[in-house]
Amino acid sequence: MSSQVLLIEDEPNISEAIRFILSRDGCDVTALTDGSAAMDHVRAHRPDLVILDLMLPGISGLDILVALRADPETHNLPVLMLTAKGQGRDREAAERAGVSRFMTKPFSNDDMRAAVRALTAR
Amino acid sequence: MPNALTGTLIRERRLALGLKQSDVAQAAGLSAPYLNLIEHNRRKVGGVALDRLAMVLGVAAETLAEGAGGALVEEVRAAAAAVAEATPELDRVEDFVGRFPGWAAVVVAQHRRSGQLEHAVAALNDRITHDPHLSASLHEVLSSVSSVRSTAAILAETEEIAPEWRARFLRNLHQDSERLAAGAESLVAYLDGSDALRDQTVAAPQEEMEAWLAARGWQVAEVETPDGATVLQEEVAQLASADARAMAGAFLARAQAEAAALPQARLAELSQDWAQDPALIARAAGVSVLTVMRRMALQPGSRAGLVVCDASGTMLFRKPVEGFALPRFGTACPLWPLFAALGRPMAAMEAVVEMAGRAARRFRALAICEVHLPRGFSGPDLREAGMLLLPLDPGAVVAAPVHRVGTSCRICPRGGCPARREPSILPEVG
Repeated sequence: MSSQVLLIEDEPNISEAIRFILSRDGCDVTALTDGSAAMDHVRAHRPDLVILDLMLPGISGLDILVALRADPETHNLPVLMLTAKGQGRDREAAERAGVSRFMTKPFSNDDMRAAVRALTAR
Repeated sequence: MPNALTGTLIRERRLALGLKQSDVAQAAGLSAPYLNLIEHNRRKVGGVALDRLAMVLGVAAETLAEGAGGALVEEVRAAAAAVAEATPELDRVEDFVGRFPGWAAVVVAQHRRSGQLEHAVAALNDRITHDPHLSASLHEVLSSVSSVRSTAAILAETEEIAPEWRARFLRNLHQDSERLAAGAESLVAYLDGSDALRDQTVAAPQEEMEAWLAARGWQVAEVETPDGATVLQEEVAQLASADARAMAGAFLARAQAEAAALPQARLAELSQDWAQDPALIARAAGVSVLTVMRRMALQPGSRAGLVVCDASGTMLFRKPVEGFALPRFGTACPLWPLFAALGRPMAAMEAVVEMAGRAARRFRALAICEVHLPRGFSGPDLREAGMLLLPLDPGAVVAAPVHRVGTSCRICPRGGCPARREPSILPEVG
């Protein structure tokens, strides 16, 4: 059975590339461009992994992470957070909030595939 | 309120500067007998007259207005309080100020300077740490790079890819490369100081003076009339730091003298006669070539840029021109004709230069170095070189060889440059 991945990334071209890479690797990827519908989607579809960009318009990736960790039903959901260099303080806050793993932009496709496989235990 | 010692301070300051009473009076718009009465504390002075006298004497009006009394004493006390490890004799501070007002002023000046430097350091530190524009620009560049890297890898590594996906990824690559180029240019322009945000963190007197000139469109046509000159002097008096006021005051004095030697109407007439050749205009007008270059660059509506430097290559004046970024910090590209001129005083240097970067704008650069002997044969010869930058229209046919130059090595992408002295933060191209 394929892994269900929710991708929340506001950069359409990055989102498209990640969707292509992970789909080729057997994942079923749903992409959102902002975080406003993230919690509803997670509750409705129970993905195996959330890939979350830290810097999103409106609700930030950190806010979504905090909300996921505060909800007993999503408390242990693996979250892979995409960050850019220079966001050290935000990374520290995400670590405190319980992020599962970071990936720094620009990332390699192999690293992305490996991280997703590890977090979905495939 | 001014006290009885204001006149004494004015007199002491004037004598310390070696200025004649009549000259100071004239510069401040007063009669010499009236200034004499002020200096002997027989007339109180305040308001506009005091402001003008303070500007002529290069001191803050408050310093004169408050005399050697309370203000100076309080400032010396504040300076003492700022040095925790020192134990000055505070009970004798009035005695100290009264007996040694000059030394007290030095103490106060050092205290103020320390405060200014601490403020500048804090502002720069804050800018580096929290600058939202810098952060946003870097994020834009990194996002584009991320997309390009992933997409390019997909195209390179995926053997079987549907034509519609291939076309989509190629389109994405094109979009992101354009975005990356724009983001990098924006970042470089910002680091180079051509962004308007620089006004928020003006730190050096020269930057402050140049920000004032930029705000007036790089023209000081008012110097041609006495009333206009007064307006300009009032603007200069509003500059934040004393050093910037002093630099701008000296700039205005020279601009005024050069406008008198070569009025705007005469410059326009000679420019037509001599095809905008500064050397020929200078000969016809009986002024120096650098004077003509300054007059040409600072005319209302002039598109010309101007850079002036001393023998060390330090830029003394920078009027920017679109497409030819002038470094805000550090040293400029050694390939500029300006520096070639420094090595050959009074030789006219002309070249068509092309600035590194995507726009690759071209300019007709005219440079010359003049030598000044302020102390005659027994003193040092001071060199001052200027480079006038006249923009060439894009696509204009250029018969002369084009010299490829940059801004400063640190932010110059030109690859294989024989004059490079340090690596660029940008990928080298070409």
